[in-house]
Amino acid sequence: MKFSIYRFDPDKDEKPYMQNYEITLEPADRMLLDALIRIKTVDDSLSLRRSCREGVCGSDAMNINGRNGLACITPVKGLREPVELRPLPGLPVIRDLIVDMTQFFKQYHSIKPYLINDDPPPETERLQSPEERAELDGLYECILCACCSTACPSFWWNPDKYVGPAGLLQAYRFLADSRDQATAERLDYLEDPYRLFRCHSIMNCTDVCPKGLNPMEAISRIKTMMTKRTI
Amino acid sequence: MTVARRKFDAVIVGAGGGGMRAALQLSEAGLKVAVLSKVFPTRSHTVAAQGGIAAALGNVTEDNWHWHMYDTVKGSDYLGDQDAIEFMCRQASEVVYELEHYGMPFDRLENGKIYQRPFGGQSQNFGGAQATRSCAVADRTGHAMLHTLYQRNVRANTQFFVEWMGLDLIRDEHGDVLGVSALDIETGEVMILQARATLFATGGGARIFSASTNAFINTGDGLAMAARAGVPLQDMEFWQFHPTGVYGVGILISEAVRGEGGYLLNKDGERFMERYAPHAKDLASRDVVSRAMTTEIKEGRGCGRDADHLLLKLDHLGGNVIKARLPGIREIAIKFAHADPVQEPIPVVPTAHYMMGGIPTNFHGQVVAPYKTGPEEVVQGFYAVGECACVSVHGANRLGTNSLLDILVFGRAAGNQIIEDLKRNTHHKHLPGDAADKALARLARLDSRKDGENVAQVGDMLRKTMQAHCGVFRFADLLKQGVDKISEVAERVKNTEIRDKSRVFNTARVEALELDNLVEVALATMVSAQARKESRGAHARDDFPHRDDDKWLKHTLYFSEDRRLDYKPVRLKPLTVESFPPKARTY
Repeated sequence: MKFSIYRFDPDKDEKPYMQNYEITLEPADRMLLDALIRIKTVDDSLSLRRSCREGVCGSDAMNINGRNGLACITPVKGLREPVELRPLPGLPVIRDLIVDMTQFFKQYHSIKPYLINDDPPPETERLQSPEERAELDGLYECILCACCSTACPSFWWNPDKYVGPAGLLQAYRFLADSRDQATAERLDYLEDPYRLFRCHSIMNCTDVCPKGLNPMEAISRIKTMMTKRTI
Repeated sequence: MTVARRKFDAVIVGAGGGGMRAALQLSEAGLKVAVLSKVFPTRSHTVAAQGGIAAALGNVTEDNWHWHMYDTVKGSDYLGDQDAIEFMCRQASEVVYELEHYGMPFDRLENGKIYQRPFGGQSQNFGGAQATRSCAVADRTGHAMLHTLYQRNVRANTQFFVEWMGLDLIRDEHGDVLGVSALDIETGEVMILQARATLFATGGGARIFSASTNAFINTGDGLAMAARAGVPLQDMEFWQFHPTGVYGVGILISEAVRGEGGYLLNKDGERFMERYAPHAKDLASRDVVSRAMTTEIKEGRGCGRDADHLLLKLDHLGGNVIKARLPGIREIAIKFAHADPVQEPIPVVPTAHYMMGGIPTNFHGQVVAPYKTGPEEVVQGFYAVGECACVSVHGANRLGTNSLLDILVFGRAAGNQIIEDLKRNTHHKHLPGDAADKALARLARLDSRKDGENVAQVGDMLRKTMQAHCGVFRFADLLKQGVDKISEVAERVKNTEIRDKSRVFNTARVEALELDNLVEVALATMVSAQARKESRGAHARDDFPHRDDDKWLKHTLYFSEDRRLDYKPVRLKPLTVESFPPKARTY
């Protein structure tokens, strides 16, 4: 199978280039990550992140034939050849397929991604009805792989100012939690020309999410909450 | 070469559930803590835990911690230390409620309480009816827990060193632990992180086997660092094979599937577990189910062209239950087994999953070793929690949902113990001049070696050897050959070469260092397994099919330096209740 892979090692390369590989896959190599590991046994200098190999940790997010996704859950069968692999777009490249995620996590941290409830905790659990809990479905499952944010033109233009789909999905995860008391504070923070309102509903985020989540819907719900409180 | 140094109150290696629960305790107490992790914290393997956390909340069926304790002691095949097990089961409810207060999105019952589901080996009233004890977030409990703990640590301003790999444990001439040397993977820089307390929470090492549910990062780093520094490894012969890894890929299909009512079938369509565990059936403990499956395959009742796997059926649960309670495993089955469990069964096979052994500790998370005077003396400044530690609450076999509980309870306990110990140890001890020398020598070897062996190939040999010689059933001759073969692999590991010499994010270097660690774990496993001449829990020998309490009711200690074994007694005395004496174990 033929691959064309983005290479850049600042230790020795002046600028990035695309390198071609042609390898024979074994029957057990079913996912793109298996193929990359196969390539790495011949060329150990190809660098990429990987950990769980089952789509739950988010390490091996990359741009696959022009579209962001996780290598470990992308079947090689059916990929257009040569398979063109690049690092996630819009973030600085550390090396090869590895991007610097600092900006991404900075935005995630900015929305205070933790439950805020100042009441003294009860001796047992805080009660929450199954319906209230169901509000968190489609939100808490985010694995922070950054496929969505790095597919978003608004995040490319303003990664330092726009929270981006992943961060906003998490912002809504806490806004939607019946146990959280910081709704006003959270909305105050997001009421800004950039942080929330740079979302122009392009839908790339939802389109590429490897977990099938819908950040855009979460963002529009925040916008609705924002509108409701101004009326 | 001079190596930069930084000083902290505490250094934690590993940012999975155990490391982050401990970090939280320390950060919230205002201590200066460094948490090192090879990967971004939410990529840690805790994220892959599916089924739940055991705690006798009694939200669904009547329950209490003493019943949970009984199940855990029995599940351990009586090798678990009963003081630690009592400690864990008593604290379970508290740490689960705490997690809920941190924001964990537990599934809920109609009355608003935390949803609980049945799991293997959990009973009411000391071996009676099935208990419903596992607190769950669909089948993404580990994911929800790891993210919740990370989020709470963000709130507490914990300092993470992301993509840093621990290289070696630093001890002084008295054996006291002073910190670690570590590699910043992004820059290739080596640094010494000096600390008054060093906590290992580096997780498991089931990547020593070819077929494993573990993430790539689970290479036993903490164990190898401890072993190289002269700390023994305890009970390394006990590796749990999870009954239901996806056939061919090894990815975990949670026991929650059977907890929700799924069951196993052989090629004749027979629910064979009824023959092996007439009472608990598919919810017998994991060692029992894995052995039953392996026996079915061995006796020709396996499924498929090669009669080498079994089927996990759950379509009878209905699409709604599967989509609501088991959405993650449905996703996995469709992607990796090309089977939608709503319509068809999932092909499964027992797969290496969890290491019951590890760095010996007491239930305060302090590392203990035969040292100067006794078999369990505290190693000053050194702590371990989670899968890399052997407390030992799991003994010879771990019950499902006790691993997430283990990391919470002992992560918190170690944090509290460190806070107490640091009140007394107010100064950093003197760091020896050669503190990083061994680690630097290993790196220099990798930088200079030419015409050495390929890391991937030697690693492959290691995993194949472990798989063939130390699996679900163990045979005397295979173990004996296994010790020789794995010793040969160890020699070859000394000779590995990487072609990539770059400083920047050199993953070839990381994988070579991981192989150094894997082989320590593999050696400890094979040597310990060959010596234990009985069958107990996950260690099932063909030539000694029964448990032998007279000779083997004891913990193994393996010393890396001369591959020597020693033994120490099991703690049969709980903290406040009466002991559960060993008896025949049936489900």
